[in-house]
Amino acid sequence: MNVSVVSPPRSGTLGTNASRPDGVAKVQGGFAFSSDMWAENMLWGATLRSPHPFARIVSIDVSAAWKINGVEVIVTADDVPGLNAYGLIVQDQPVFAKVGDLVRYSGEPIAAVAADHPETCKRALEAIKVEYEVFNPVVDPEECIAGRAPEIHPHGNVYRHQRIVTGDLSVEGDVVVEGDYEIGMQDQAFLGLEAALAIPDSGGDGVELYIATQWLHEDRKQIAACLGLPEEKVRLVLGGVGGAFGAREDISLQVHTCLLALRTGRPVRIAYGREESFYGHVHRHPARIWMRHHATRDGRIVKIESRMVFDGGAYCSTSPAVLINGITHTQGPYKCDNAVVDGYAVRTNNPPCGAMRGFGVVQACYAHESQMDKLAAACGIDPVEIRLLNAMETGDKLITGQVVNSVAPVEECIRATAAIPLPPDLESDPDFRDIPGGSGRTADRSHIRRGIGWGVSIKNLMYSEGFDDYSTARCRISNGVVSVKFATAEVGQGFVMLAQQIARTVLGVDEVLLDTIDTQVGSAGSTSASRQTWMSGGAVNAACVAVRDKVLAHVAQYHDMDVANLAVDGTDIVDTRGSFRVAVADVISHLDIDETAEYHHPPTEDLDENGQGNCHVAFAFVAHRAVVDVDPELGLVKVVQVATAQDVGRVLNPLSCVGQVEGGIAQGLGLAVMEEIVVTNGKVRNPSFTDYLLPTFLDAPDVEAVFIEEFEPKSPLGAKGVGEPPCISVTPAIANAIRNATGRELPRVPIRPYDVCL
Amino acid sequence: MSVAIPTSVGEVVDLLSRNPQATLLAGGTDLMVEVNLHGRRPADVVALNRVSELRSWSVDSSRRTITIGSGVPYAEMETGELARLLPALAEAARTVGSPQIRAAGTLGGNLGTCSPAGDGLPVLAALDAVIDVVGPNGARQIRFADFMVGVKRNALQPSEFVRSVTLPLVEGWQGYAKVGTRNAMVIATASVCLVRTNDRVAVALGAVGPTIIRATDAETWLAANHTMSSRPNTDTLAEFARLVRDASRPIDDHRSTAAYRRHAVGVLAQRLLTRSYS
Ligand SMILES: Cc1cc2nc3c(=O)[nH]c(=O)nc-3n(C[C@H](O)[C@H](O)[C@H](O)COP(=O)(O)OP(=O)(O)OC[C@H]3O[C@@H](n4cnc5c(N)ncnc54)[C@H](O)[C@@H]3O)c2cc1C
Repeated sequence: MNVSVVSPPRSGTLGTNASRPDGVAKVQGGFAFSSDMWAENMLWGATLRSPHPFARIVSIDVSAAWKINGVEVIVTADDVPGLNAYGLIVQDQPVFAKVGDLVRYSGEPIAAVAADHPETCKRALEAIKVEYEVFNPVVDPEECIAGRAPEIHPHGNVYRHQRIVTGDLSVEGDVVVEGDYEIGMQDQAFLGLEAALAIPDSGGDGVELYIATQWLHEDRKQIAACLGLPEEKVRLVLGGVGGAFGAREDISLQVHTCLLALRTGRPVRIAYGREESFYGHVHRHPARIWMRHHATRDGRIVKIESRMVFDGGAYCSTSPAVLINGITHTQGPYKCDNAVVDGYAVRTNNPPCGAMRGFGVVQACYAHESQMDKLAAACGIDPVEIRLLNAMETGDKLITGQVVNSVAPVEECIRATAAIPLPPDLESDPDFRDIPGGSGRTADRSHIRRGIGWGVSIKNLMYSEGFDDYSTARCRISNGVVSVKFATAEVGQGFVMLAQQIARTVLGVDEVLLDTIDTQVGSAGSTSASRQTWMSGGAVNAACVAVRDKVLAHVAQYHDMDVANLAVDGTDIVDTRGSFRVAVADVISHLDIDETAEYHHPPTEDLDENGQGNCHVAFAFVAHRAVVDVDPELGLVKVVQVATAQDVGRVLNPLSCVGQVEGGIAQGLGLAVMEEIVVTNGKVRNPSFTDYLLPTFLDAPDVEAVFIEEFEPKSPLGAKGVGEPPCISVTPAIANAIRNATGRELPRVPIRPYDVCL
Repeated sequence: MSVAIPTSVGEVVDLLSRNPQATLLAGGTDLMVEVNLHGRRPADVVALNRVSELRSWSVDSSRRTITIGSGVPYAEMETGELARLLPALAEAARTVGSPQIRAAGTLGGNLGTCSPAGDGLPVLAALDAVIDVVGPNGARQIRFADFMVGVKRNALQPSEFVRSVTLPLVEGWQGYAKVGTRNAMVIATASVCLVRTNDRVAVALGAVGPTIIRATDAETWLAANHTMSSRPNTDTLAEFARLVRDASRPIDDHRSTAAYRRHAVGVLAQRLLTRSYS
């Protein structure tokens, strides 16, 4: 495009703080989330779940439940018309566990009921009698790797084993540091709980599902297979989504809700409560990681060895992909020529784990950033210096052999973060809310020590290993009205706003209507992997450009001008070589144009047996510096400030970027010091917000963010995904700060008070 | 489900006499969790929030006591005159939940639930509060130590309820501290209330046993071995903390470990004692 924009960007276009179309309603409480949906003549659905992590179902007796007044239908595995299995990568998870078969985790669905009232559902579930033969759950991943555990599933107990071997393994460092690290099971803890409303077609041969999900088309594929219906008979409409963070990638209540609706011929709604939500979705993989870094005396990394074990729990979900993300990010954002990494993702009777913001990289990053501080200490250099010394650049080769041809401003991220002023020292008599212990008033000034810690990370963007996760968008002009349609799940990230910004910018219009987000257009891929700004942004951009080109062609033809000289400038179309100027609004008022575009990223490859291959599309980088006040005697922590500089390619909406950064930092802080699903012998012990603790306002730090804007030429808008990086290296940054304050090794997150002080 | 909304203590007595199974509802911050999360379905509910007598407090200056109605919400204890008179209670109230919870939650409910982690309870224990209980046969006064009899168990008979709590207005220092894994809105993993008068200290421990525990050995030892008017030295503090730790009877659970809880009450008691001199 050959327009030179001189005026500041027009309000609502790319680069501005365009306001969100759903913003006011969400703030005022008027936005309809999935859990608010309702239909005339609707029934309520509920799910019976196994209390046991590992057992054989001997019998299911639903007769007493049928007798309860108001119960309309009870369904079990026998009632699943299609495939009684689903899963994102392999279909190994039953819709309902079957008589004679196994339940493999505590919370596994066994039956579902639809009734006239939630209370009736509750009574019906209590009336279903299930007889179990209970087994000792398999909860130790090492037992699975060693082949000593009983087989949990016909697919076996190892989801994937992958090695990465590169370079000269005989190289030894002058300095060698190692550590065993452990990462606990984090929950996505979205506020908008799982909810769906299924409305059967009048003929009973199809269904419409209103659903809070991350990927409508993938859901549809799996649902249709389970229902035994052709995909076109299953239509999905996005319900209001209250956060996702990976927890809505997998099927939860989709098939159950549709099945109940089809069986009763009435609309059915299922809505989970908080406790059921903990059982209903996958979590972040707990992991154990051993890492050994070899470096020269002056701190240059020469070799990394690592072994990573991800506990995938009872069903596969995305475990193989999470594993690959983990092991391919072993080196972090640092140069490394020689490496050997051994990675396992295994099946246990623990809760199933899958996608969560950061997707495997969070675990690897906690380990490598802990190692970087150890290495700095061993070499006697500053933690910042050692990171700068090893910082990766564009053109460097990863341990997979892939060349990083993304913009890679690692050094800039570190330097910009370091340049952010440190917070002032704690006052002599600080407010209790500003110090560790907070409202509990546990500490006085003299009990507190301050620590500073660093974390830097690299994160792949988009799906990997040969996956073509394309996105589709459609742009139309009809009677002068511009509308955009896509199936991109708006989960709170603001794509609805971005799509309008793109259309306004490309087409030179102010009003952009958004069509319903549903499966009546091609797939958008998942709202995950920091990919929608790039992928769906690319698709919306392509569709809008296609429409704009037609508009320009029309103008060129009408005024007998060369289309090559025409361009959109603000809300006008101008002749870049002359003085011709006409308002876009006037031109399009009588046009009808309809263009659909797909955006595909460049293809990627599988890894070979040595873990070599161009498996990732692109990368983003970020640095975090945490300042943490610690009460070493009680092990309590207050994160004072997190400074960060993030590689974003280009800021398309400053407010949105800040939102992602602040939210991600809070989530990473949660993993660092409090968020953990505590599982004992396969059972979740804290399935509620009483005991699964999320950071409150008092726990959240001041965030000082800087964006490194280096236009990413591979990205259709020059922008990189912003969603995941904020939550990745902040966790080790906080851990390193606590280590800095206390001198403790702290090999595990979340860091519990007793880890610090006992 | 029936819901009765009495406006006087007499009406509450009548309602409970007729239906001893009725469930009392004060702020509902415990009860509604039971209903919504744990599926409790009370048949009959007696709501207390319109009983103005329960929502007031008064000072008896001749006896030097203060009587707080069981329905006074935490928000009222956090600041103002009540906070000036009972600083430890104010600090305990401030640690309860979030502003929304403190606007609704009451001491009566804390006593009704009687969780070892209830934040109001160590203050009542340290100050030797007397619980004024009313039932069909009139009122009776129960010392806090006799009121809480176990984990979520109290000495109330069917048809009885808590009208108020009477606490002494002590000369001296009092304070409360609570450890949780989050800086606000968290259930105590360990808590301590300490009251220091001119000749002794009282120390009560929360969340480290089936009931609130008074660290009487620590109290007695300190009274015998330390002049209260002077600052304790490090040896005194250490021995005091050790005796407090020994008084605790904590357990391991998903919130924390027994070892940490034991450690934490020692640290808190020591810090509160130090704080009482600053
Ligand atoms: C989000 C959240 C956070 C919380 N945080 C804390 C915390 O930090 N610390 C803490 O201590 N608690 C906490 N709680 C628990 C609760 O707020 C307190 O226990 C509160 O004191 C209960 O008071 P209430 O008036 O709401 O009681 P209700 O829920 O109304 O009643 C609780 C019980 O007491 C009985 N009862 C009520 N009034 C009387 C009476 N006058 N006589 C006899 N029995 C009675 C009821 O029948 C019921 O069994 C929290 C609760 C929530 C939901």
